[in-house]
Amino acid sequence: MNAIAFDPDVCKSCPTVDCLMKCQYIAIADVAEARQEKQKINAGQDCRVLHECLTCYACQEYCPNGNNPFFVLVERQEELGLLPAPRPIVAEQLKMMAPKGRITKAPVATPVVNMCAFPMLTGSIRGRLFEGASVITGTDIFCNVMWLHFAKNSVIRERVPMAIDNIMSYYLKDSDVTDMVCFHDECYGTYTTLAKAYGIDVPFHPIHLFDYINQRLDDLADAIKPLNQVIAYQRPCSNRLAPGTDAVLDEIFKKIGAERVPRKYDRENALCCGGVPRAHQRDEFADDLVEKNIADMLDIKATYCVFNCPFCMATMAQEVAERGLMPILVSDLVMAALGE
Amino acid sequence: MKDFVKKLETIVGEAFVSAEAEERYLYSMDQGTMPPAEPDAVVMPKTTDEVAQIVRLANEFKVPLVPMGGGLVLSGLTRALKGGVVVDMKRMDTVVEVNPASRYAVVEAGVSQGGLKAYLAKHHPDLKHSMPDAPPAATIAGNICIHGSGHLSVLGGFHSDMLTGMEVVLPTGEVVRTGSCSVSPQWFARAPLPDLSGLFLGWSGTTGIVTRLGIRLYPNYRYNDMLIYVCETAEQMPEAISLLTSVQVAEDMTPWMVPKPEWAKGFFHINIAFGAHSKKELIFKRNLIQESVRRLTDTKRAGFLPIPPVQKGRFMQIPSPDLARFADARKGGGFEYVGAMMAIERFPEAYARGMEIAEKFHVTYSLGARIIGAGHAMMFFFAYAFNRADTEDVQRAADALEETNRACLAMGGIPWKAELPAQKEILQQMDAGTVGLMDRLRNTLDPNRIMNPGNWEA
Repeated sequence: MNAIAFDPDVCKSCPTVDCLMKCQYIAIADVAEARQEKQKINAGQDCRVLHECLTCYACQEYCPNGNNPFFVLVERQEELGLLPAPRPIVAEQLKMMAPKGRITKAPVATPVVNMCAFPMLTGSIRGRLFEGASVITGTDIFCNVMWLHFAKNSVIRERVPMAIDNIMSYYLKDSDVTDMVCFHDECYGTYTTLAKAYGIDVPFHPIHLFDYINQRLDDLADAIKPLNQVIAYQRPCSNRLAPGTDAVLDEIFKKIGAERVPRKYDRENALCCGGVPRAHQRDEFADDLVEKNIADMLDIKATYCVFNCPFCMATMAQEVAERGLMPILVSDLVMAALGE
Repeated sequence: MKDFVKKLETIVGEAFVSAEAEERYLYSMDQGTMPPAEPDAVVMPKTTDEVAQIVRLANEFKVPLVPMGGGLVLSGLTRALKGGVVVDMKRMDTVVEVNPASRYAVVEAGVSQGGLKAYLAKHHPDLKHSMPDAPPAATIAGNICIHGSGHLSVLGGFHSDMLTGMEVVLPTGEVVRTGSCSVSPQWFARAPLPDLSGLFLGWSGTTGIVTRLGIRLYPNYRYNDMLIYVCETAEQMPEAISLLTSVQVAEDMTPWMVPKPEWAKGFFHINIAFGAHSKKELIFKRNLIQESVRRLTDTKRAGFLPIPPVQKGRFMQIPSPDLARFADARKGGGFEYVGAMMAIERFPEAYARGMEIAEKFHVTYSLGARIIGAGHAMMFFFAYAFNRADTEDVQRAADALEETNRACLAMGGIPWKAELPAQKEILQQMDAGTVGLMDRLRNTLDPNRIMNPGNWEA
């Protein structure tokens, strides 16, 4: 088993302990307490943070040293048997999302768009934006990063190499394709940040959806009809694994005339959509998160609530719509600007 | 029989009597495993008076009568076991009255579940009745008379508990009323009178023909939600059910254990439905339900399945489409189940026996329950799908059902809407005094024993 890339000495000498001090959900009194908690985590000892963690990934982004604090935290939760969610809930989802062996070889051509475990969204891959795209999907190529929410690094280690192997042997290799567009942040985060931290080889070149769309908008510049609308973006947890892509999204919004007005719970301060806390049996907390997110969006008078994560959208869309905002995926918003 | 049919025509009109082979074939069976038993004729009355005339005529000719509602009982209770005439009540389909202040409806015996639901949606959208998970063509009266249950059974108990009164044509042709409507113009309750309704509930049409009845209605909430609680073992279920019902917030609670989809196999689920007038109230109720099992959830051995709001719709359809899907699992549309009324603490044993029987007979199974009242009892169902065109498959399911009936009785349960073999098993086990009383009552009410003979024969 590959150990997670991590150096405890870096944490010992960290003056800010941002991974915990910036946490929006766990109350830490001061740097001294944060350091104490962090040292316990690193030493594999039970501590408050391991129980209270929302598993929002944000500490991965907050760490100024790239020392993978979230991956280590999940590792410790699993080692100590500190499941954030009840066992049958995790066990059912493990079966639900398991590779089913139903994958069949198929030729693909660029752009290859990986829809991961969201086959119900393949209809989103359409129009000029995705012209000529090959779509691949299913649990046999599921990126499995979701297990970070359930203290199951062991499943990630077992299943991510299988998914990578399936992507290569069933699709990319025979078609001599190396580039793969990741529709979901989770896939991109898995095949870039997570794979590197867990020592998993990735033989293809993952492309973030935002990079793909941004490029396509240059190609389709003449077709853009600016939306001229205020939007609120619900930044997902997995984007914390690829924070650089947030700037690309800004470029996209600028090109299509979507104004991402500054608000409290965006960018580094993005709040969880509330989906995972419900699995952790913390519904009242989840309600509070949803309320804060939507109230913040309404404060800036947004017309659209824009998602890139289908799970965030499934979790929040109904409430968002009931409150007068239009829930929409980034790709669909872009297509709207292209008149499609 | 020819004379008899002619006389029936004079009562209901030619168009509503038939002794033709195709009608007799259609009325000889239901969708379950019981072998066909053809009637000699079928009649469809429109009024209580027509029913009374038919009954008097049947006494004169000593012709058996088999009352039928939707004909969807699945256990063959509306088969003419000793020939005679099926009295199909579907033409008596008027919603007579809805009293919104006292929340009851008076309906004729042929009013269907779907019919009343549609009527209330149009005329009284703030009210609803408890729907069983039967096809919408099932009748209100039929379901009440078999002690059915449905989507408000945690709130209101068996559907027969929701009965407020009846109009019945006795086996000798007299028309009687039970409940408040026997004294008052209103049908609000069975209390405080001697409760004669029991003479017609659970008797499978052997004591009279119900022509009209009153049922309780309930608030139809604007906001509705559901939760699924999942346990690791069957042994946890009685405690989980007891805790979840203790807060008395749920309208319906239905445990389910299925082999497919694969992810659900081996886990124990409880669907919990509830509603409210406002979102705030809905969340309050959800929190109450979640808090009720907090001590169990905190052990991490059970918990609520996270379901995004957009995916909850399929679990909140009334009636549930899941049983209809299961009914065609083997193709050929065959489906029957043993629904055993049982004490809740028997849940683990019932599950274990169900699994043993499904394995022994290689039948496609679905196990589950509907909780009755605030955890007062359950209707544990052992459902088996089969291909009606495959006689071996039908027989396998019939054998599994028969063994399940015996197993239920051995566990202290009682098969619901029991088919003929199960009735015999129940009667064998029943207190001798009770069996004797049943027989005396029938002889008193039906001296010519014309009402659905062959059923509940001591």
